Amino acid sequence: MSSKSRFAGRIAVCAGAVALALCAPMTQAQSRLSGNTVRIGVLTDMSGLYSDVGGQGSVIATQMAIDDFVAANKPAYKIDLISADHQNKPDVGANKAREWYDTQNVDMITDVLNSAVAIATAKVADEKKKLVINTGAGSTRLTNEDCNSHSIHYAYDTYALAAVAGRAIVQGGGKSWYFLTADYAFGQSLESDTTGIIKANGGSVLGSVRHPLNASDFSSFLLQAQASKAQVIGLANAGGDTINAIKAANEFGITPKQTLAGLLVFISDIHSLTLQVSQGMQLTTGWYWDLNDETRKFGRRYFEKAKKMPTMVQAGTYSVTMNYLNAVKTAGTDDADAVTAVMRKTTYNDFFLRNGHLRPDGRMVHDMYLMQVKTPAESKYPWDYYTVKATVPGDEAYQPMSQSRCPMVKKT
Amino acid sequence: MSEPRAANRDFAIGFVVVALAGVLAPAIGLYPVFVMKALCFALFACAFNLLLGYAGLLSFGHAVFFASAGYALGQSLKVWGWPTELGILFAVAASAALGALLGMLAIRRQGIYFAMVTLALAQMVYFFFLETKFTGGEDGLQGIPRGKLLGVVGLENDTVLYYFILAVFLAALLLIYRIVTSPFGQVLKAIRENEARALSLGYDIERYKLLAFILSAGLTGLAGACKALVVGFETLTDAAWQMSGEVVLMTLIGGVGTLFGPVIGAFAIVGLQDQLADRVGSWVQVILGVMFVVCVLGFRRGIVGELGAWLERRRQPRRPGS
Repeated sequence: MSSKSRFAGRIAVCAGAVALALCAPMTQAQSRLSGNTVRIGVLTDMSGLYSDVGGQGSVIATQMAIDDFVAANKPAYKIDLISADHQNKPDVGANKAREWYDTQNVDMITDVLNSAVAIATAKVADEKKKLVINTGAGSTRLTNEDCNSHSIHYAYDTYALAAVAGRAIVQGGGKSWYFLTADYAFGQSLESDTTGIIKANGGSVLGSVRHPLNASDFSSFLLQAQASKAQVIGLANAGGDTINAIKAANEFGITPKQTLAGLLVFISDIHSLTLQVSQGMQLTTGWYWDLNDETRKFGRRYFEKAKKMPTMVQAGTYSVTMNYLNAVKTAGTDDADAVTAVMRKTTYNDFFLRNGHLRPDGRMVHDMYLMQVKTPAESKYPWDYYTVKATVPGDEAYQPMSQSRCPMVKKT
Repeated sequence: MSEPRAANRDFAIGFVVVALAGVLAPAIGLYPVFVMKALCFALFACAFNLLLGYAGLLSFGHAVFFASAGYALGQSLKVWGWPTELGILFAVAASAALGALLGMLAIRRQGIYFAMVTLALAQMVYFFFLETKFTGGEDGLQGIPRGKLLGVVGLENDTVLYYFILAVFLAALLLIYRIVTSPFGQVLKAIRENEARALSLGYDIERYKLLAFILSAGLTGLAGACKALVVGFETLTDAAWQMSGEVVLMTLIGGVGTLFGPVIGAFAIVGLQDQLADRVGSWVQVILGVMFVVCVLGFRRGIVGELGAWLERRRQPRRPGS
C-alpha cells in the first residue's frame, strides 16, 4: 500500500513541478536548483537528554530564518524544512540523512546534536555530495580525523570549550582534575582536549571515569570522583547528563569541597538547575541572548514563539540557515561545493557570529565568551543568567590549523 | 505421497512471487535502500526461524551474530582493505564460529533456560563490543566502503547493490528450504516435536541442535554483513537485546515455522517502523507491542501460518475419502 501512495506522491510531485515550470517566470537560479526547492533538514534529538538544547527549538529557529529570508528576498524558488528525531542513535541518524538526501531532495542538514550522530551523518553527506552544517555536536573529530569537504562545524567545539573555560579554571587555581566523561565521541574529545589545556597550563589530571550516555544514576561515578580528592571535577558531558550529575553532586555534598566544572553547559541547563545550584560556575558559550541589542532582539522574537530563550545551538541553527540561504542566493545554485565556496570567501558578522570565517577544515571560527553564572541576587529579570567575563577571539579559542589532524588539509 | 509435492509447489509459487516482487520493487518507485534493509532483516528472521521454527530452540541472543558479522565486515573492508566478497565470507565465518562457541554452551539446557543462557552470553558479547576499540563503542564503526563485486562491478550505485543483495537473499532462502526439507531438517523437526523420542531412535540430538545453531548463526551473519554493506556502518543497536526481541516479533507475526512468514513479518515490522517513526515517535514501540499481543491472542500461527491453514481448509473437501 505504501508503494502505491509513494507512487501517487511521485506523480503529484512531477505534476506540481511541471505546473510550476509552466507558471513561474524562468530565472537563472530556478534552473540550477534541484527541484526548484531549497530543502533544509533539521536532524535533532526530539525526545531525549539533548532535546532542550536543540530539539523543537531548532526547528522553530530554522523556520524563523526561512521566513525572514523569504520576506527579505522574495525568492522565485521554494524553501522548506523537514525535521526528524535521531533518538541519539548514530544508525538512526545516518539512515535518516541518507533517506533525506536520496528521496527528499534535502540540500542541507543542520543541528545534528550528538557527536556520534554527527560523525555518521558527515560520512553520508560526503558520500552524497550534500551539505551538513552542524551546530549541535561538539567533538573536534568532526574537523580532524573525520573531517570532509561537505561537513561544516558551526557554533562551538570541544577544543574551544577547553580553551576558554577550562583554561580560565586552571589559571584561577583549579590545578588537579578528575573527569566524569560521557562514553562516546563527544565526551572523549572533550576530555582529551581539556586534558591538553590543563597540562599546558601546569595542572594535572588524577583520573577519569566513563559513564554511558543518558545515565540515570551518577552516584557511583561521583563517589569515585570524590575519592580522587581532585580540586576540580570536570564534567565532560552535556544536557541531561550534566544536569543530573550536578544535582547528584549537590545532594552528596561534594560541591563545597570540590569544584564542579561543567565543560559544556547550555542556558537551558542553567534554567533547569536554577541559579541557586549553578551560581558562580564558569562556562564557555558561543552566544548568549543578552549580549547586545541584536542578540536581545533575536532572543525576544524567539521567546515569543518558544516561551524559552534560545540556546547557543538554537540561535546557531538560525544563523546557519540564514547564511546558507544567502550563500545559495549568491551562488545561484544549491550545489554543495559551490555554496561552500561562497561561504569560504565570506567574513561573517551577524547576531550570532562575531568575526566569523570558514576554515578549509570545515571549522567556522568566531569569537567565544567566557561566562560566569550570576547569583540569584545579581539576576534582575527572567533569563538574566550570565556575566561576560571575557571575549576570546576565535583564533585563540579554536584549535590552530597547525595542530590539525584533518587529512584533507594536510594534502592541500 | 502428495503432501511433499504440494509443499514443493507451494514453496515454488511463494519463491517466484517473492523473487518477482523483489525484481520489480525499484521499478514501482520503492526506495532501494529501504527495501535492501528490509531484505536483510527478512533474511535475519528466516535464519532465526530455522532455529525456532524447525528445531524449536528459542534463542534470545541472535542479535550478536547479526552485529558481529557487521563488525567483521567493517573491519575487513575498511581497515584491512579486503575485497567485498571475501569480507562477506569472513563475516559469515566469524558469526558461525561465534555461534559454535555460544551454541555449545547453550544447547546443554532446554526451554526457558536455553533462552536465558543465550541472552546472558549475548549480553557478554554486547559489552565486549561496547568496550573494544575497533568497534568504536557508542559511536559505532563508520564509513564501511561498499567496494567492487569480483573486482569489476562497483557497488556504490544503489540499484546495482540492490540486485546483489536480492540475489544473496534469494540464494539464502533456497538454502534454507534445502536445509528444512533435507533428512537433517526432518530430524530437527522430530527433535522439536519430541526430543526424548528422537533420542530413543538413536539420533545424537546435541549434534543436530548444535549444527542447527551454527547454521542459523552463519545465515544471521550473512544478513548482518549485507546490512552493514548497505548502510555503510555498524553500531551497537544491532547487538542490543532489543534487536534479539525484534527478530522474535518479526518471526511470530509472519508465522513461525513457515518459510515465508519471517519475510512477511520482517517487511511488516521494518515498514511500520519506517512509516511511523516520524509521525508518532516513541509510540512505535507501543504500537508494535499491541500488535504482538493481538498476534499472540488472535492469530497464533502468524500471517503466513493463518493463510496456509486457510488454504489447507479450502483444499480439504476436494480430497476424496477425507
